[in-house]
Amino acid sequence: MPEKFKFAFMPSASCGGCEIAVVDIDEVILKVAELADIVYWPTALDFKDKDLEAIPDGGITVGFFNGAVRNDHDVHHAKQMRRKSQVLVSFGACAQMGGIPSLGNFWTTEELAHRMYDTVPSVVNPDGTRPQLKYDAPEGELTLPRAMDRAYALDQVVDVDYYLPGCPPQVKWIVAAVEAVAKGELPPKGTVIAGTKAVCDECPRERSEEKQVTEFKRIHLVENDPEKCLLEQGIMCCGPATRDGCEAACVVAGQACRGCFGPTDNVNDMGAKLASAIASIVIADTQAEADKILDKLDDPAGYFYRFGLARSMLGVQRGERKDGDE
Amino acid sequence: MVKLTINDQEAEVEEGATVLGACKAAGVDVPTLCYVPFLEPYGACRMCMVKVSENGTPRLTTACTLAAADGMAVVTDDDDVRAARKVVLELLLARAPDAEILQEMAEEYGIEKSRFAVEEEEPPTEAVAVPEAEAEGELEIEKKPKKCILCGSCYRVCEQRVQAFAIGLVQRGADAEVAPPFGRPSDNCIACGACASVCPTGAITAADRLGRQIVHDELTLASNSAIKVPIKQAVPNVPYVDKELCIHFTQNENGLDACRICEDICPKEAVDLDAEDEDIELDVGTIIVATGFKTFDPRRIAELGYGRLPNVISGLEFELMMRADGYTEGELLMENGEKPKSIAILHCVGSRDKNYNRYCSRVCCMYSLKFAHLIKEKTDAEVYQFYIDMRSFGKGYEEFYDRLLEEGVFFIRGRGAEVTHVAERPEEESKLVVCCEDTLIGAYRRVPVDMVVLATGLEPREDADEVRRTFGISCGAEGFFTEKHAKLAPVSTTTDGVFLAGACQGPKDIPDSVAQGSAAAAQALALMDKGLVEIEPITAVIDENVCCGCKICIGLCTYTAISFNEEDKVSEVNEALCKGCGTCVAACTTGAANQRHFKNEQILAEIEGVLS
Repeated sequence: MPEKFKFAFMPSASCGGCEIAVVDIDEVILKVAELADIVYWPTALDFKDKDLEAIPDGGITVGFFNGAVRNDHDVHHAKQMRRKSQVLVSFGACAQMGGIPSLGNFWTTEELAHRMYDTVPSVVNPDGTRPQLKYDAPEGELTLPRAMDRAYALDQVVDVDYYLPGCPPQVKWIVAAVEAVAKGELPPKGTVIAGTKAVCDECPRERSEEKQVTEFKRIHLVENDPEKCLLEQGIMCCGPATRDGCEAACVVAGQACRGCFGPTDNVNDMGAKLASAIASIVIADTQAEADKILDKLDDPAGYFYRFGLARSMLGVQRGERKDGDE
Repeated sequence: MVKLTINDQEAEVEEGATVLGACKAAGVDVPTLCYVPFLEPYGACRMCMVKVSENGTPRLTTACTLAAADGMAVVTDDDDVRAARKVVLELLLARAPDAEILQEMAEEYGIEKSRFAVEEEEPPTEAVAVPEAEAEGELEIEKKPKKCILCGSCYRVCEQRVQAFAIGLVQRGADAEVAPPFGRPSDNCIACGACASVCPTGAITAADRLGRQIVHDELTLASNSAIKVPIKQAVPNVPYVDKELCIHFTQNENGLDACRICEDICPKEAVDLDAEDEDIELDVGTIIVATGFKTFDPRRIAELGYGRLPNVISGLEFELMMRADGYTEGELLMENGEKPKSIAILHCVGSRDKNYNRYCSRVCCMYSLKFAHLIKEKTDAEVYQFYIDMRSFGKGYEEFYDRLLEEGVFFIRGRGAEVTHVAERPEEESKLVVCCEDTLIGAYRRVPVDMVVLATGLEPREDADEVRRTFGISCGAEGFFTEKHAKLAPVSTTTDGVFLAGACQGPKDIPDSVAQGSAAAAQALALMDKGLVEIEPITAVIDENVCCGCKICIGLCTYTAISFNEEDKVSEVNEALCKGCGTCVAACTTGAANQRHFKNEQILAEIEGVLS
């Protein structure tokens, strides 16, 4: 019997959903266990940083990294994972594009801290106390990781071999990735392990050739026609700009696509593309009319960059871009 | 064929023809009353009595009910026949002494007074009213003058053709009369007027319940025939069927296959009521769009009273009325049939008005001047022109304006603001009053006139947007099609091979339309002569491996260059139509659409170069 593969799962700035997705592969996990040893998985088992440090460089066959890179400890982990993994897989939307944490990039870290520790309605902090990076406790010095200027996608910090997109990644693509590793049939470096087109390609809803929007509606406020394209019903759907492979799961369930699979290979700023497309299908005679229609689209930045702000060309507002450059 | 003799003349008719038909075909006159060509023969009036000999035995019989047979000898006008008809006429006169046609016939047959005349004291029966539902052109069966001869034409046409069965024969003998069931208006009456139109004696007449006089029937100011030529100068000059008025189509809605008289009566069998619109596909290389304009509907300006006040007419109606072959034979008449003594012409109706159209319609000033000239030429009425300013800019136009000034036309510089029939002064009684601000004398004026002509402006057609999409051309804010370049390419459009001519591109008069039409034809010919089309090298391309078929790009393409491939479920660019504008590339969410020579990578590299 050949030597078993060694897998490692590293969480970062994430919600934990990606790791649940790993568990979600059900009995396939047994096959994974048969195929590979899990040498590091702090979310599921009692691993500490020192366990990761103990692994020699290149000692991990495939390292799965989920979550955005938000603080210097995340950077440390990312670099470690890179060094110790033969193949590094960006696991989930946050690692791939910054994800939800990167929506914070619209503000500087200081503004976020101000919001978090001063102005959130549930916070009472009259002294303006902030967490300190270092604290001399009787037991010794305690440290906290330093938040960087913004959230980064994994590949903005270290070199990444493959991407498993999604929020969270879908079981079938995780299985496909593991099978590819098992068979040694790895795709070219940089491949996103999912479809190559967009969600519309898999979407069963009927689309017309005159796509026109005269009013945007929030999806929970209307009863949408399950046969008809959501965009044509004025419901903001990211399907046209989002890589397929999910079998249009959200749209089939009556929910608009949120864009978690990220853009296709040909697009480098998904939000900009969506903004440009949505602006194209708004039908108005005057600027004022167009403004009125677009005003109904609540939080366009959130719609267009829900998962991808770290990868956007927009960068961070007023912040300087220095921390993660590598 | 059947051979017979009529008044000793050999005649030949088709099998199945009646003796009456044979006589008519031979040009022999036989008097008839109840005979209607498109109804079954009935033989009610007995006026078509002729003497027919078969096998040598002559007998008197009605020609309309007897089938022509070989060897018949027909005599239509000898003493026996005349005597028989005379008795018939006397009997008919006894019943309907007021029928003019009977009186005329009586004179011809030498009857001074019917021997069978009845006493006069019987009070006239009451008129029978038909439903009042349809306001226009309803019917009344007038019974006060004694005209009905019970020939049955009216109820036969109602039964056989209209299939309404709204009237019939009631009572018997001397009391018999034509009436709706139970003497009450019948719900089945569709007020078509067929009964009145076939009545030989005028016992049934069609009348407008609102008492409007039918002066200009072709101006659609009154009820009209359902099958008609739109105007006498129509091109092509063929009639069309107005489905709203047509008995066949009206009864179609009631599930009946009625009337079809026009089909039967047309000698060329040109009428086909079952014909439907059909799409004809033609493969062509060039297209000239010359879809024209529509005139502004002056009803939209309520204060001018069009459609509300009598004798307020549009420019086109005036034009139709003044035509020598028009209904009034070129006479300018008011709705009461009198000649107007003063006429106001209001300029800029629907033009140069920010409430309707801001642009100048360009033709109204000159046609208004022409109207004034025509009025001055044909009548001695006073003409008032209410204008904002005179735009007589064409060749010879200014001279025409000068001439009008000398012809005694009153020019009042001020937009006609309101037309009212409410008199404020004695001289305004029973007149139309045009209110305006005379900007030359700086005063508010009320000008009483008999007739108002509205110089209606030009507007794009309602379907302009649909036409625009079909041909992939653009239109301006007001809806007229846009040429490729206002000065350098006045007949071309942004779609190669599609040219514009006439008022669909913007208001213009006949000389300008002709000039533009000639230019468009020349451009089209030049293209056809060359046989080759140069296409843009910079076009969009869609990567079928990436396109997700969201169809966002299709509706955006101004040049209709993108179509959807139903088989592969991807959009495709027709490179012959694509102009490389890049709209689809910008909107393509998957990045499947790319523009040659302006690929996304190229543009990003340029931006990086600029910013580095």
